[in-house]
Amino acid sequence: MAVQTASGQAACPECFAEVALTNVMQNEITQCPGCGAELEITSIAPLALTLAPQEEEDWGE
Amino acid sequence: MSKVRVGVLYSRVRVEEKLLFEAFDRRGISLDLLDDQKLIFDITDVRNHPFRDYDVIVERCINHSRALYSLKILNDQGVKTVNTALVADICGNKLMTTSALAAAGVPQPKVLVAYTPESALEAIEQLGYPAVLKPTVGSWGRLLSKVNDRDAAEAILEHKETLGSYHHSIFYIQEYVKKPGRDIRAFQVGSETICAIYRTSPNWITNTARGGASSNCPITPEIADICTRAGRAVGGGVVAIDLFEDPDRGLLVNEVNYTMEFRNSIAPTNVDIPERMVDFCLKVAADGWDAANGWPQGAAPHLAAISLADGASA
Repeated sequence: MAVQTASGQAACPECFAEVALTNVMQNEITQCPGCGAELEITSIAPLALTLAPQEEEDWGE
Repeated sequence: MSKVRVGVLYSRVRVEEKLLFEAFDRRGISLDLLDDQKLIFDITDVRNHPFRDYDVIVERCINHSRALYSLKILNDQGVKTVNTALVADICGNKLMTTSALAAAGVPQPKVLVAYTPESALEAIEQLGYPAVLKPTVGSWGRLLSKVNDRDAAEAILEHKETLGSYHHSIFYIQEYVKKPGRDIRAFQVGSETICAIYRTSPNWITNTARGGASSNCPITPEIADICTRAGRAVGGGVVAIDLFEDPDRGLLVNEVNYTMEFRNSIAPTNVDIPERMVDFCLKVAADGWDAANGWPQGAAPHLAAISLADGASA
């Protein structure tokens, strides 16, 4: 299965600005250029954004 | 090997994951992406499980617990992974890392472990102020405490015991090393130290996740030697090793990271880290863990069993 990507626009769930997305993947993390919120791409067809999850205690390298 | 089948176990697609995907793509390798939010493991089925046809699975989870358990299950099912569950178990916990490094004679700061606030206070006073309290599991410089005096020690210990989970009552107390305003992050791939950066910050925490600036650090024989020894001590693989430069003792290993982040290290070092990671993964797929680490047959390190049972190494 090749890695699927998509381009287009989706609304920021925090400030409702339209965020331009280029060659993004599902589960990719991005940032809203308008309000700075960290966002996760939860769907690429259609493109959809949610707020990225809060950092958990055992997150890291 | 005809057509290598590679899976990537992941949580989120960050810059590092995209760079890795692109590096595999340049080799003509089509990846299977295994989203840890959707996975269901039948851990009682070691024969007909859905991962049996993978030549290697690359772990890129954000959660240490998900990474560790997934790798344990996969390794016990006979699936080769990068890194192994054993490496994740040692590197994902600072106490385990320190113990493994000590057993291998790798230089590191002095560390004391205690289980009660009273004994932890005594341990801090033994080390002297300032001392550094760290959670055994955690990353990105989170919840590190530089304890400058007894008043601060008493307050922090009480807070940790009262507010933290039981993990926070395993008191990991490290001597404070007076760094020259920087530390070193070195990248170890198997038996080779491929590159390193200085992380410079006016803050005592120099993680780039906390604003530390990165610049190239040339690999000296001393850096290569301590990193290669540290990598072997934690079970090999692809790891990022943080070094302190102590004015009297030379290089000391602070910690070893097994799901390393490298986005800030490619440009200053001019080393294509994801390409080197792909080389290692394909070597594991083709020849196995020991060969990929450059260990001749029978020369792999014998690491003491810890929280994982035999069979953890792929």
